[in-house]
Amino acid sequence: MAESGFERNFIFGRVKKMSHKIIHKEQLSENVFAIDVSAELIASAAKPGQFIILAINSEYSERIPLTIAASNAEKGTIRLIWQRLGKTTTELADLKVGETIENIAGPLGKPTHLENFGLVVCVGGGIGCAPLLPIATALKKQGNKIISILGARNKELLILESEFAAISDELIVTTDDGSLGRKALVTEPLKEICQRKQKPDKVFVIGPAVMMKFCCEVTKQFDVPTDVSLNTIMIDGTGMCGGCRVEIGGETKFVCVDGPEFDGHKVNFDLMLKRLNAYKNHEQKALEQYKEHKCKIGLDKKTERKK
Amino acid sequence: MIEKERQQLLDELLEKQKQGRLKPSDRFAIPCQQMPQQDAMERKNNVEEVTTGYSETQARLEAMRCLGCKTAPCVNGCPVRINIKDFITAIADGEFAKALGIIKENSLLPAVCGRVCPQEVQCQEKCTVGLKFKDVNKAVSIGRLERFAADWGDKQNEKDVPKIAAKTKIKVAVIGSGPGSIVAAADTARAGHDVTMFEAFHKTGGVMVYGIPEFRLPKKIVQKEIDVLEKMGVKIVRNFIVGKTRTIEQLMSEDGFDAVYIGVGAGLPKFMGIEGESLVGVYSANEYLTRANLMKAYKFGNGSDTPIIRSKKIAVVGGGNVAMDCSRMALRLGAEKVYLLYRRTEKEMPARVEEVHHAKEEGVEFHTLQSPQKIIGDENSCVKAVECIKYELGEPDESGRRRPVAIENSEFTIDLDAVIIAIGNGANPLIGQTTPNLKFNKWGNIIVDENCKTSIDGVWAGGDIVLGSATVILAMGQGRGAAAAINKYFAEKLSERSGDN
Repeated sequence: MAESGFERNFIFGRVKKMSHKIIHKEQLSENVFAIDVSAELIASAAKPGQFIILAINSEYSERIPLTIAASNAEKGTIRLIWQRLGKTTTELADLKVGETIENIAGPLGKPTHLENFGLVVCVGGGIGCAPLLPIATALKKQGNKIISILGARNKELLILESEFAAISDELIVTTDDGSLGRKALVTEPLKEICQRKQKPDKVFVIGPAVMMKFCCEVTKQFDVPTDVSLNTIMIDGTGMCGGCRVEIGGETKFVCVDGPEFDGHKVNFDLMLKRLNAYKNHEQKALEQYKEHKCKIGLDKKTERKK
Repeated sequence: MIEKERQQLLDELLEKQKQGRLKPSDRFAIPCQQMPQQDAMERKNNVEEVTTGYSETQARLEAMRCLGCKTAPCVNGCPVRINIKDFITAIADGEFAKALGIIKENSLLPAVCGRVCPQEVQCQEKCTVGLKFKDVNKAVSIGRLERFAADWGDKQNEKDVPKIAAKTKIKVAVIGSGPGSIVAAADTARAGHDVTMFEAFHKTGGVMVYGIPEFRLPKKIVQKEIDVLEKMGVKIVRNFIVGKTRTIEQLMSEDGFDAVYIGVGAGLPKFMGIEGESLVGVYSANEYLTRANLMKAYKFGNGSDTPIIRSKKIAVVGGGNVAMDCSRMALRLGAEKVYLLYRRTEKEMPARVEEVHHAKEEGVEFHTLQSPQKIIGDENSCVKAVECIKYELGEPDESGRRRPVAIENSEFTIDLDAVIIAIGNGANPLIGQTTPNLKFNKWGNIIVDENCKTSIDGVWAGGDIVLGSATVILAMGQGRGAAAAINKYFAEKLSERSGDN
């Protein structure tokens, strides 16, 4: 019998404290980072649409969910892309190649339902382009015709354009300020595509909650089935805490075990938006403290010098 | 009673005993030994353990209250049949190591069970001394004595590692690291099997770590038990979600596990299904306690990155131990008012008497015969009030408890900034979703036979995923039963095999 990834882990003695080494790191835009990190078991199990939960350090870190942007079962790595926003995402961005993340658990959530729908529009907003890419890639493999719409505030913040170009039959880029592609919100081209003779059979939208909300309002007018992937606050990611709960068609659902993908026309986005902001003040405080701490121990200077 | 007086009394009693003059009436006359505890007003500002444990003299005095009944009715009240009479006699004789040894024959986690078991409805309910006084609170404090023996053992600084039988090369996977799983892992490891324990969280201990607060069960006690497992050779894999990282099928067919014990607990919070339950500031008990305990949110900004809403006025809905834990945790997180809302009366509360007592001492306000029917939010969707309705008790329902009946037009509102829903947990669906041949009942609990064996060959299950929400001791009992069945199953297989040769 061939050795499973699990057995190999034991042989290398890594299983007890499966720590996760950062193999590769890049900065995709001012505040968006990507890493390839070793997570052999997750890499071999991950399917498009799934996510992980990580805690940088077992003692003090919070647990945050991040979508798996890509996985490489052969190399045993997964790709994570995130935006530097609060303390944890800043600390994550400060990690260097060779350093480790103590805890990564996954793959979590239900994988994307893949089939040959026909014509599929994939709409990605900002950092949402990262989790969208593996889904669009898989949909393409299923034989779908893919139209991708990527939006960002400006040229610098747009990520993964060439990756999407490679798998899309048509690619539309929009920026709020017109510094790249069309000066528009993603809803504009989305509406135009819905009005075309060949109406899309399916739409996938991943991005900020507000953007997903307005995209769903557009596709609802045209009665195009639309799936969204929600990224809510979570702790365990296994259905245990209920912190990620959202209202779907008036029913309470857990993003971690029932999602993360839902019928966008049924999501109560207004409530979700408010729940996302529950700890805004806490997050700011934690970030300020972290920055202050970095100054004191001179971490900020080190990174400065490197640049 | 001060320690000097206690010592004097103990000496007198021992002298009488030596002369063979100690009568049951002397034992009845010994005052019940109260558990030393932190002052209520002080402890509500810290997370240190509330009760501090008996002194040796106290323990021996309390143990001398035991009549040593021939029939030992207490043992029948214990889910794992600890030889209570003998361990209490050993404590009375000052032979604490012997006492601990007797307990450990049947229970692997005395420090935990001595603290969190509901003794008043188990062993102590059957105690002759309590029956004589017609008051279960005057029964011999078996739980406190169990805790005393366990803590005494810990202080001896040598955690003895159980003897391991010759290695069998049988691979056992234990899923979950709560009380049932710890026992299942220990007992199968003792039989010489190669045991791996899988935990979904980044820390082991299950509900004893994420659920039960530090002030009721210090985490270092749980960690010690995990350390013993590791010393016994049990491999522990954290951040591993069975059903997601690997399925049970994969563990058995690809990773070479011969047996699996499922002890994943009842981790799916129940909500009430009322309006406003998704507002900001409404927590499930699981989320609130996990943030506070596992993630140490009480140290936010000073050693923990996990935030928690620091409410001033908070309502906890429910009447079980978890509701008490949430209420008391809320006080420690700085709440000025904590209202406990329960539909029935205090008599029907499933919480332990001691927990209710401690909660009241610390200032939790009990609002019985009331329950929320709507949670009201402000313009930012944050909780600002809860609309309640009053109840009265009607006829008993199938559980034997009198059914609460809503009183018409009795609605009223309470201003609040957070609500915690602590009305129980359902079964977590993760294993079910990914293990097609495993049979579940209509509540989502795994169906097992009397030996905890499931519908799949080689797979056993126990604890809350089988029982619904139960207790640490019942989970332990099942872990033990399942381990015995696993050990027997493979012992038979191995002897068959050697017979064939």
